[in-house]
Amino acid sequence: MNRRLLIFAIILEAILIVSCERITPRVPADDQILDGPIDGLSSAEKTRFLAGDVAFNDEIFTRETGLGSVFVATSCGSCHAGDGKGTLFTTLTRFGQTDETGNKFLHLGGPQLQNRAIPGYTPESIPAGATFSRFTPPSNTGLGFIELVSDEDILAMADPSDLDKDGISGVPNYGALPSFINALPNAIPKNGKYIHRFGKKAAAYSLLHQTVNAYSQDIGISSAFAPKDVYSGQEIDPEISNLTINNVVFYLQTLKAPIQRDQNDTQVQRGKQTFIDLGCQGCHKQTLKTSLSPIAALSNKTFHPYTDLLLHDMGSGLDDGYTEGSAKTSEWRTPPLWGLGLSPNSQGGQYFLMHDGRARSIEQAIQMHGGEAGASRDRFKKLAQGEQADLIKFLKSL
Amino acid sequence: MKKQLFSLYLLFFCQVLYGQTDTSFFFTRVKQDSSKLKLNMDAVYNRPFLQMGKLPVSLGGYLEANSSYFSTDGISDGLSFQLPRLTMFMSASIRQRIKFMTEIEFEEGGREINIEFAALDLEFNPLFNLRGGVIMNPIGSFNQNHDGPKWEFVSRPVSSTTIIPSTWSNVGFGVFGKYSRKDWVWAYEAYLSNGFDDNIINNNQNRTWFPASKANGDRFEESFNGVPLKTVKMAVKHRKVAEIGLSWMGGVYNKFKDDGIILDKKRQLNFIALDINSTILKDTYLNGEWVWAYVDVPDTYIQQFGNRQQGGFLDIVQPIKKGKMLGWSESVLNVALRLEYADYNVGNFQELGLRIADHMYALVPAISFRPSAQTVIRANYRYERHTDLLRNPASQTAGFQFGFSTYF
Ligand code: HEC
Ligand code: HEC
Repeated sequence: MNRRLLIFAIILEAILIVSCERITPRVPADDQILDGPIDGLSSAEKTRFLAGDVAFNDEIFTRETGLGSVFVATSCGSCHAGDGKGTLFTTLTRFGQTDETGNKFLHLGGPQLQNRAIPGYTPESIPAGATFSRFTPPSNTGLGFIELVSDEDILAMADPSDLDKDGISGVPNYGALPSFINALPNAIPKNGKYIHRFGKKAAAYSLLHQTVNAYSQDIGISSAFAPKDVYSGQEIDPEISNLTINNVVFYLQTLKAPIQRDQNDTQVQRGKQTFIDLGCQGCHKQTLKTSLSPIAALSNKTFHPYTDLLLHDMGSGLDDGYTEGSAKTSEWRTPPLWGLGLSPNSQGGQYFLMHDGRARSIEQAIQMHGGEAGASRDRFKKLAQGEQADLIKFLKSL
Repeated sequence: MKKQLFSLYLLFFCQVLYGQTDTSFFFTRVKQDSSKLKLNMDAVYNRPFLQMGKLPVSLGGYLEANSSYFSTDGISDGLSFQLPRLTMFMSASIRQRIKFMTEIEFEEGGREINIEFAALDLEFNPLFNLRGGVIMNPIGSFNQNHDGPKWEFVSRPVSSTTIIPSTWSNVGFGVFGKYSRKDWVWAYEAYLSNGFDDNIINNNQNRTWFPASKANGDRFEESFNGVPLKTVKMAVKHRKVAEIGLSWMGGVYNKFKDDGIILDKKRQLNFIALDINSTILKDTYLNGEWVWAYVDVPDTYIQQFGNRQQGGFLDIVQPIKKGKMLGWSESVLNVALRLEYADYNVGNFQELGLRIADHMYALVPAISFRPSAQTVIRANYRYERHTDLLRNPASQTAGFQFGFSTYF
């Protein structure tokens, strides 16, 4: 009888083992997903990446772990799903600042609206008289490269008084550094203020700055870096360790850059030429380079984000009357276009483009360009339909 | 190679277990009365028990062990082995028409120990019995009828463990009764018990999640808000046709008052479940359950937290060979299929007008071999699709599960 049992077991095992590898889902191609580390990390670096990945995507805060008391969402991953862009559903609101003299509504909950609260607390609402803007989450891939563009390179792209007469100026957002941030050795400050680069208004200096603010303002998690409770404004014990924050920063730094698809497609290549001809590159700069980094895989690399990290006046249509740092209300930082074609994978199959997701297609996004980008928008409008299609195909390949 | 060895070991282990029950030195199997019509609600007593001599105490239990290999979007954590639960039960006839029964479960290798059931039954009349203690709320069928050896699939149904948080038991009391005539039986149950708490909207799942309340052990000592959870079930069965159950469980989950101070309005939650099982075409067994859940979620929670959930499963089990197999005289070989679905957030986004997803479905073809009615050795393929809240491309999980479950 044991022999029969053995045969039974062996047959069963055979079925199991043969089929295990076959009938399980395939890994999506690397160029189809945003998440994943950059190549060339050491194993210690990979371990940190994974620790940051877990904290960013899987750690969901609850009342017991410090959530709120007022907040916008319960984890980084709930707004930055798959590290891609968000939708109107994950959009957050900021209010209360109209010029470089700062936010006038800090005592009434500004700058960020915490529209949710744990039971027993009242969420915030926008105070009377405050102007506001809505921000849709950007994707957060390739940010480690962006963080390492030197101030010198950024300043070289700026043209505040439009000396080259192309209608495009471009200025950096200068801001004061919070006490927990040390300026990079190659930083070029002006009157004690430093060039900021992250966020829609380029109002965050570094990924650490952005991350600390996100924990505090988005989730209501205080840290040793930002010990004030969002609700009471009083200093409370840290609700997250410095180690976790540093791991999340490391994760953001080492997330791979989106990989372009269909590069050899002739339509894509024609579209790329159109992109150059229309002057889109005046702001969406194709190639930038990193400076020296302790993470070898990021050091001295060229990459293709399609941004100049500068603020541009985008016209009255995109002026919400709200701003941050030294930016004007009509000024927005050029968003990187890499990963654009993969946006629908995190936006529920749709597009929600521009700072508040108001553009529902790439065409609409281009049509909404105004101000400094007005000329290139007009050139886009004059294109033959086929040429427009080429351009869109190129943008979707990014 | 390790995989094979372990599976072989599992197989032999079941054999040893099975062998032991045969050498009934002290214990004898309690003969089960198969003449009476059994319903899902009878599952607690409808189990193989062992009795020692003439003592009025019967013992029993079951063990489940399995191994699984899963891959999600092509990434696998490899093969793993689990001992999801070891359950022991004991029943005692204290006097005529007074029974006590308890079920204690060791989950995940003993990391969690739960009293799933511990109740005293007093029979006044078949139509009127009192039950008090730790009861299993009669919502759907699976919650009361969840013993591993009764099922042909390695995993428990998803909707029955994540929408109805089986095994969902609470301290409470109530009444039940039964009326039967010829081929018909009709039964009811009605209980008041402690219930849910606001962890259902404060948890690490980032969604309305009823099982989060199970983590609160305090519910065995006091109610979270002083409002009892009410559970009512009605079932009818015809011997040759089917059993149908309809159940409702409702209560309040938030702390609306503390120390006499009103904090919030009472926030309700309600479950309605339908369960059905039947044998058709001679010996094809169908068993299914569907549940609808409704929760009053505060507005400040936005639509991340669903105010409606629904889901269910359907099992189809077809014996393909019965009789003597591999030396066991009453063995059965089955093929089976489970279809299951769970939607954790039914509704549309206010901001987008689009439907909220946050749902999963699964397809599970299986084979099971029962050397005896009390032991099942089972293997299944499992394919799952999970779609997130925003309806982004679904993540796919698939893999194999193999294991056994046996009463002892
Ligand atoms: C409520 C939704 C939401 C949550 C939660 C959230 N973010 Fe963001 N994130 C945004 C939005 C919106 C922006 C754009 C903000 C801005 O312009 O300042 C952003 C921007 C960023 C950026 C800058 C990207 C760039 O291209 O400049 C980083 C980095 C980032 N978030 C990281 C995080 C981390 C880390 C967490 C968790 C601690 C987090 N976010 C939580 C919505 C969210
Ligand atoms: C003057 C600088 C400038 C020029 C020239 C310009 N853009 Fe932009 N672009 C921006 C800024 C700034 C935004 C963000 C506006 C906002 O968020 O409201 C933007 C946004 C976009 C977006 C949406 C990206 C997203 O993630 O939401 C697309 C697509 C885009 N631009 C394509 C183009 C194309 C194609 C051209 C050439 C026809 C072009 N841009 C020319 C500055 C420019």
